Parts: sequence; structure tokens; C-alpha cells
Amino acid sequence: MIEVRNLTKSFDGKTILHDVSATFETGKTNLIIGQSGSGKTVLIKSIVGLVRPEQGNILYDGRDFMQMDASQIKNLRKEIGMLFQGSALFDSETVLGNVMFPLSMFTTMTPAEIKDRARFCLERVNLKGADDKYPSEISGGMQKRVAIARAIALNPKYLFCDEPNSGLDPRTSILIDELLLDITHEYNITTIINTHDMNSVLGIGENIIFINKGYREWVGDKNKIYTSANKALEEFVFANDLFQKVRQYVLQNEHPDAVK
Amino acid sequence: MIITESLNTFGRYCLFMKRVFTVPDKWRVFFSRTLFEISKLGVDSIPLVIVISIFIGAVITIQMQLNITSPLIPAYSVGLATRDIVLLEFSNSILCLILAGKVGSNIASEIGTMRVTEQIDALDIMGVNSANFLVLPKVVGFLVYMPILVAFCIATSFLGGFFVAAFTDIIPVSRFIYGLQAFFQEWYVWYGFIKSLFFSFVISSVAAFYGYYVHGGALEVGKASTNAVVASSILILLLDVVLTKLLLQ
Repeated sequence: MIEVRNLTKSFDGKTILHDVSATFETGKTNLIIGQSGSGKTVLIKSIVGLVRPEQGNILYDGRDFMQMDASQIKNLRKEIGMLFQGSALFDSETVLGNVMFPLSMFTTMTPAEIKDRARFCLERVNLKGADDKYPSEISGGMQKRVAIARAIALNPKYLFCDEPNSGLDPRTSILIDELLLDITHEYNITTIINTHDMNSVLGIGENIIFINKGYREWVGDKNKIYTSANKALEEFVFANDLFQKVRQYVLQNEHPDAVK
Repeated sequence: MIITESLNTFGRYCLFMKRVFTVPDKWRVFFSRTLFEISKLGVDSIPLVIVISIFIGAVITIQMQLNITSPLIPAYSVGLATRDIVLLEFSNSILCLILAGKVGSNIASEIGTMRVTEQIDALDIMGVNSANFLVLPKVVGFLVYMPILVAFCIATSFLGGFFVAAFTDIIPVSRFIYGLQAFFQEWYVWYGFIKSLFFSFVISSVAAFYGYYVHGGALEVGKASTNAVVASSILILLLDVVLTKLLLQ
């Protein structure tokens, strides 16, 4: 479980995050949603320590990240996996080499064991036969899967995903979402996903934190989102006509008491 | 204004170097990466070094002979001047200025692109010291290989001069060879090697510094690689003055 308490961050005098508090639960997919520019990337980067917030606490199962020294941070990072928006695979390494990288850096496994573990991770994300290809030779969806395989190679306790679906087609997006959900449940990981894809929100939103203009506006799950009274959330999630109709339908059929 | 800005940059460079010169996380990975960098930065530069050296060696010989035609000048002067120009300046300072363009821009753009595509962030998140992991093998690899490039440069420059003597009638071969051997000072060779080591460090570390702190996109990567080449060239010339004063006086 990761707890964020009263986090404040500003850049050049402009406050991006205002006193944000949130709890990210273990074994669940925790979604941070919000418009572009609302501060969700800053929030996720603050939690992993790529950006240092001015105020607040970040507790990884009770361990305060803000109080740690360099070596403690280094040790904590071995428990963290992160999936970047652009996958961030190493161009100079093959697909297999990318997944083997964290293993060869941080474990004392033999080369054969490392290879086995890397192959297992690649199979887990349903990627076969691309071991010797370079990242530039495979599609965007495959790159995302390689990045997931690399992120889970060291059996992380915490998995961070920065917009895992950006630039992917809806079908591939759903596959990636389901993969993240399955992995989270299977290995009991605290997964934090930063997204503005409504399919993900309604599909895998087990714990949703809505950020609007730097404030935490709403917390709930994918079922509560239909009945939420928050105007900004409603406008954001059900932005187009189709989603509005879906919402009406769900409300009438599943929550008749909530229809005014 | 310029002074405070350059001091600021120098301070950041020093802090960056502090992060680069730490003990590698895994020695095995460090050695394999260093070998890879030696092959990429060093061995792949040999063709360029050879081509440039042959031509410049030939040109120096021709120029010397054409411009020193007085009967009062001793017979060894052309060979001697060619040799000393190559040993003192061409094989280290000028060669490193050329390599700053090739190797420096390569390092800066490679690391800059890694920064822009979040690969450096990915390394940091994994708990790898990215500065050390990426930059130290390049600095060490290039430093180790630099004397070999200098040796290649010296040898092929003399070869270029020899070709002029052998295949044209500008200067007799015997006279050129006699000049090459006349009044030889061994210290000049060491002086060239010592200077080249300093320059190789400047090239790789300055380029890595500019690449590592890129913000933005393709435009900034291009700018960083230009800045890296300009800054390292100026530093090489500056160091050349200082080292010459220290080593030859």
C-alpha cells in the first residue's frame, strides 16, 4: 500500500499539485485520472521520486520516501517497476536484452537463469518469437508489452504505469489493460496507472483517484463513477455523447434509485 | 553575466563528474560496456584518423619543401619540420579537435536522445546510477584507446610525407628520411601522448554532460550536440596552451 499525504508541488512559482492525499491499495489497479495538464504525471513522478515535492509524505507500506537517504532509495527502487509513456526501451539492446537488463544488474543469478526468467516474463505478457528483435523493429503494442515484461522481471511490489494506452488502438489498449489487471492480481502488486482512457477507467478501475486542476476531487471505483455527484468528474469521464448514453442506460438499469 | 553563467555550468559539470566517478554497480557489466565503447568510439575512428593523417602529412611535406627552397637551409629541415609539427601539435591537438566533432557529437546525441525518450529515467527508476552506468564506460574506453589513435596518426602522417617523397620529385626520399631522424627528441612523443589523454577526457566528459542534461525534444538534442562540440573544442585549445607551457618549458 502506498499512501500519499498532503503533497504539494510547484514549478517556477506555479503550484501544480495542491495538498493531494491518496491511498493506493495492494493487489488492486489504482487509477489516477484527470485531464491533460491536471498534474497527474507530476503526481506519479513525485511518488517514484523523479520529481521532489515541496511538502507532504509518501509512505511505501509505512516507509517514508521523503525521509530516505540515497542508499535507502536505491534499495526501495529495486521493488519498483515502471512503465513509461513511450516505453523507454533501450535501443541498443534486443527485446530479450531489455528484459534481462534489470536481472543482470541486480541479481546474482547465472546467465542461464537470467535468460530463463526473462523468457518467462516475455511469455507472461504473451510475446513470443521477438526475442532477438530490436525495439525499433516491433510495433507500439509489442513495445509496451516488452516494457511490462521488463518492469515485472524483478517481481516488483509496486508497479507504476504512465499512460500505458497512449498511442495504441482500442483493442490493443484493452489487452494491455487486462494484462496489467491480471498481473496485479496474480502477484499482489500495488499498481498505479496514470490514464485518461475512459475504456480503462470503466474496465479496470478498482480504485480511482480523480485529479482536477491540481486538487484531488474524487475517490471511488468504476461502479461508483456512474452515480458520482461530482460535476467535473462527470464531464471528464462521460465527455462524449456515447458515454453519456451508456451512463444513462447503466443508471436506469442498475441504479434506478440514483436517477433523479 | 557570462562569467557567472560559465561558473554555474562548470559547477554543474563538477557535480555531474562526481556522480560519474563512483564505483560501478556491476563490474562485469562495466567491463563489457567499456569494451563495447572502445570498439564504437575508438576502433571505428581509425579509418578517419588514417585518411586525415595521410593527407595532412603529405600536405605538410609539400608545403615545407615549396616554402623553404633557399640553398642556405640545411638538408634535414623539411623532414624535421614535418616530424615536429606532427609530434607536437597535429597528432594530438588537431586530431582531438577533429575527434571532438566525430566522437563528441556522437556521445552527446546518443545520451541526449536517451534522456528525451525517458531511457535515463527508466535507469534511475530501476535504481541504476545512470550517470555512472552510461558515461564512465565511454570516458574510460576513449581514454584507454586515445594513445593508440595518436600512434596511428603519427605513423600514417609520416607515411603521407614518405609517399610525397617516393612518388613525386619534390624531395628525394633519402633527404626526407634523414630529416625525419635528425635531432630527435623523445620527450616530444610523450608530450603528445600526455596531451591527448587530457583532450580525450575533455571530449567524452563534456559531450556526455551536455547530452545528459537535455530537456525537450529533437531540437534540443541537436543543440546539445553542437554545444558539446563547440565547448570541448574551446577547452581543448585552452588546455593546449596550459599544457604546452607546463610540459615544454
